[in-house]
Amino acid sequence: MIYEGKQKIWSEYQKEIPDDHYFYVRSCIRQSFFPASEATFLDITRNVLGKDIFETEHHTTCGGIAYHSDTIPQETVMTIIARQFALMAKHGYENYVCSCITSFGLYCETMETWREYPELEAKIRENLWKSCKLEFAKPKFLVHASDLIYKYRNLIAAQAVRKLVNVHTGEPLKVVEHIGCHYSKMFPSKGVGGAEYPYVLVGMIEAWGGEIVDYPERRHCCGFGFRQYFIKGNRGYSLSNTHKKFESMEPFKPDLIITNCPGCPYFLDRWQYVIAESTGKTYGQDGHGIPALTYEEVAGLVMGYDPWDLGLQTHQVGVEPLLDKMGVEYDPAKKYLGKDGKDLGSPQPCACLK
Amino acid sequence: MKNNILIIGGGPAGLEASAQLQRMGYNVILIERSAKLGGHLAKWDRLFPDRVPADEVLGGLLRAAEGVKCFTDTDIRAINRLEKSYNVRLTNGITVLSDAVLVASGFDLFNAVRKEEYGYGIYNQVMINADLEAYFKTGDDKRIENPKKIGFVHCVGSRDEKSGCRSCSKVCCATAVKQAIEIKQAFPQADVFCFYMDLRLFGRHYEDLYLEAQKEYGVRFIRGRVAEVSENYDGTLLVKAEDTVASKPLKVTLDLLVLMSGMRPSASVKELGEHLGMMVEEDGYFSVRSGISAGQRSPQPGIFLAGAATGPKTLPETLADARAAAMEIDRYLTEIFPDARNYKQLVKERW
Amino acid sequence: MVDFGFGLVPSSRINLDLFDKEKYDELAAMEPDVRICMACGSCTAVCTAGKFVPTSLREAIEAIKNANSEKALQMLESCQLCGKCSMVCPRGINTRHLILSITKVYSQK
Repeated sequence: MIYEGKQKIWSEYQKEIPDDHYFYVRSCIRQSFFPASEATFLDITRNVLGKDIFETEHHTTCGGIAYHSDTIPQETVMTIIARQFALMAKHGYENYVCSCITSFGLYCETMETWREYPELEAKIRENLWKSCKLEFAKPKFLVHASDLIYKYRNLIAAQAVRKLVNVHTGEPLKVVEHIGCHYSKMFPSKGVGGAEYPYVLVGMIEAWGGEIVDYPERRHCCGFGFRQYFIKGNRGYSLSNTHKKFESMEPFKPDLIITNCPGCPYFLDRWQYVIAESTGKTYGQDGHGIPALTYEEVAGLVMGYDPWDLGLQTHQVGVEPLLDKMGVEYDPAKKYLGKDGKDLGSPQPCACLK
Repeated sequence: MKNNILIIGGGPAGLEASAQLQRMGYNVILIERSAKLGGHLAKWDRLFPDRVPADEVLGGLLRAAEGVKCFTDTDIRAINRLEKSYNVRLTNGITVLSDAVLVASGFDLFNAVRKEEYGYGIYNQVMINADLEAYFKTGDDKRIENPKKIGFVHCVGSRDEKSGCRSCSKVCCATAVKQAIEIKQAFPQADVFCFYMDLRLFGRHYEDLYLEAQKEYGVRFIRGRVAEVSENYDGTLLVKAEDTVASKPLKVTLDLLVLMSGMRPSASVKELGEHLGMMVEEDGYFSVRSGISAGQRSPQPGIFLAGAATGPKTLPETLADARAAAMEIDRYLTEIFPDARNYKQLVKERW
Repeated sequence: MVDFGFGLVPSSRINLDLFDKEKYDELAAMEPDVRICMACGSCTAVCTAGKFVPTSLREAIEAIKNANSEKALQMLESCQLCGKCSMVCPRGINTRHLILSITKVYSQK
């Protein structure tokens, strides 16, 4: 691999990311899948780095799930998005950051469509006024939350208590990075590093001391995407896509997978369970799986948060091997205790996946 | 009195035209912005379809052009159009009052790094057609070490909206077939695959080259464009294409991948076009007076064109083009140019 | 093992790494012109059997090259050896001999 070749390409896909003053919108489902990710994002950016990340309880979903499942038309989803932008303008912000990758793709698509078809934008303005008497302004900068963590990666590295390094061997951890499809495949110029060799997660891994794994199916979709798996009969298709990725990354023996989409870590995590329990195959060492973490969880680990405060107990693939490799101190007994030490019960152990 | 003719570009077109014009008695000044004459021809090993050594052909061109004033490492500093002639200031300090200008600026090879999905410049085992020719000439390239499975990708940077060139580069299919044979000759045990969208083998002996590649060397031609190249753990390449004839996607592990980088208008076109006020078409090549009957005349009187400056050409076509341009220049300088009184009228009627 | 009600979908992608070079070389030794087929489809277009049952020499050759010899034999099963394909092949391949050679080489275990 000629690393300089990749660096040249990365230098061509630079994206302007403002430093501060963002309007933040959450994801519909991330808080169920990865409970502490968004809270960790806000804690790191607001409390540790002192940035102004504003959030209002009046914001809604972007409508992506319904739009991508063909249940609402494009005009409706654009009006929903216009309302989000109206809230942003109302609170005096021009930088927009969203938590979900599909949202990000949808916002980019909407802005591009409005740019090419101004008459559609005018129509949406009218729709919004008629429906809730709001006026919207398009954000000056639209970024994804991973772009922001990417921007702050060196600040995080400076305050980090540990690196992505195996403390027992001294070797950097081998990290697979997986980018959500909607981040840059549709609009390569809107993603850091473009579509073929995205840099947003690679930059984080490099800043935090890990080693990137580039494997043949790196660009392949994980198989998420609503329509494909909502119905049980279709789920095998999604499963097979993730399986293809795992078969491809296996020879590289990764320690960790880092992703920036809500759906991808969910699938990369849960489908390892399905593959293990239905075929007996696991991809980590000794019957363990490969932990699939969100970038906020990785940032949290590197900053020294307690793994159970980061929501890592909800991962199907046990993260303990990774925590041990990184030298994270954690109390196994507290894993399934809730706030105030309340016992929440623990899941049944799996037959094949440890 | 001998007319001065300035020829811009010291590749095959410029050399052939200068030899012809010198023979006709004109005073030819040839400028070449790089350090060597010969253009791309100097880099090739053997030429399709009959695999004639390139240095023999180049040698012939250089010998025929002996006596022509050639300035290498020289470019144009400024040009002023006078009534009929061109006052040209060269970067080597010399000024030429030229009665006709022949633009033979040639082509550049597409920079295959821009096709990010092929990983040229990122994955070690990916190279381009020019790299392979250099290997055949010198025998030295650390990417090539007893490869067992080799692939050729046709149409890299050509027929591709995303890389900015809709059109075909004409010569790459024949080159790919030639190189497939040559690399099979170098490594007889290897399996060679050519991934194409269409096979453009239009010239004399080209079909025989194709037959030879298939029959004598077992080269496998797969109709389907390579869309993704990745690197396996052991450094071999995982190549994805569709076998469109079978209507199924396919994958294959290769030790070496050769990209057929296409032709692009030379980077000098922009500057030259500005100096000479020459028009360029959407595809980036210079406009000609008429694509069919006046392909060596630019729309402006006194400026002529030859070779790949007006679009992708094979080498024999370039040489024929250069000879045609020489003839056009001669006609212009004997029938139109000398008549100072009726110059404007003659240009209107006959240019 | 648990049954989740859905499972892995087998890949239908052609894997050229599985190509049987030895068998193919055996075939080419018997009929060298198997190499010069250019997949023009003329043979299939005029095939007598092909109008009623999937029969195609072009597809059989393609199947062999794509590591699927069962399909190749299937595509030649109903061949009547009428010779219409030999009449039209622009590359001058002795198609009847090729068909017999394919079935001979690839029927062997």
